[in-house]
Amino acid sequence: MKKAFPILGVLTAILLIWALYQALVGAPTEQTMGNVQRIFYYHVPSALVGFMLFFVNFGASVLYLIKRNPVADIVALVAAEVGVVFLTVNLVTGPIWARPVWGIWWTWDMRLTSTLVLWLIYVSYLFLRRFSSSGETPALAAALAVLGALCVPFVYFSIWFFRTQHPQPVMGGGGSIDPRMLHVLLLNWLAFSFFAFLVCWSRYRLETLQRAVDQAHALESLLDPSGSVR
Amino acid sequence: MSGNPYLFAAYAVTWLIHITYLGTILRRYRHLKREIEQLRRSGLKS
Repeated sequence: MKKAFPILGVLTAILLIWALYQALVGAPTEQTMGNVQRIFYYHVPSALVGFMLFFVNFGASVLYLIKRNPVADIVALVAAEVGVVFLTVNLVTGPIWARPVWGIWWTWDMRLTSTLVLWLIYVSYLFLRRFSSSGETPALAAALAVLGALCVPFVYFSIWFFRTQHPQPVMGGGGSIDPRMLHVLLLNWLAFSFFAFLVCWSRYRLETLQRAVDQAHALESLLDPSGSVR
Repeated sequence: MSGNPYLFAAYAVTWLIHITYLGTILRRYRHLKREIEQLRRSGLKS
């Protein structure tokens, strides 16, 4: 497994560079918005990868609530953390696109507001994990994660249920897109999915190591300097 | 509407966020390595 990481890392870097080239040069220029539309190739995949990770977090949290499996708990934590990073990218690139297209940075429209609420739910999940040391923290966090995951479909389909300024979803929605643009979008989604997988892998290794060190510290504190149990 | 500065800003900020996060992982990993080294040394003493 350790050998696979650098190989996958190089492949992901090549894929990301190729996807960036396609987003900046390969994809046709949109007639109305011009080059600013190319933000979409980073904005949309970031949201999709974030949503995917929140579903992983949901699955792992449910598994943890049923079986109390510590591996599931680590997977849930890692997926939420990396998911928040991707949703942050989505929330930051959105206003950068909106300013030249809509003339405003932000509007309290249902899609934008629900995305912000979703982000806040997962940030509070991470705060709970970080600052609560109770033995019940993983279970409480898992329950919060289930609530967060229920919001994901609502955020994605909010465009259908409410009048909103946000464009229609490209996949599973009523929007249409040039096939070459769709190809570049899917390429970027694939590249960011691989990247997210590698980041999760690194973070998983870090978390397992951290827990092993914490256990060693706890064990050390139980022993007196002579090595016998206090 | 060209929007090149906005495009550049969006792509730059994306990578800035990812690189910052990767930096925190690396920093935590280095800190952990130092802790493991200390634990090893204290283990050898006892």
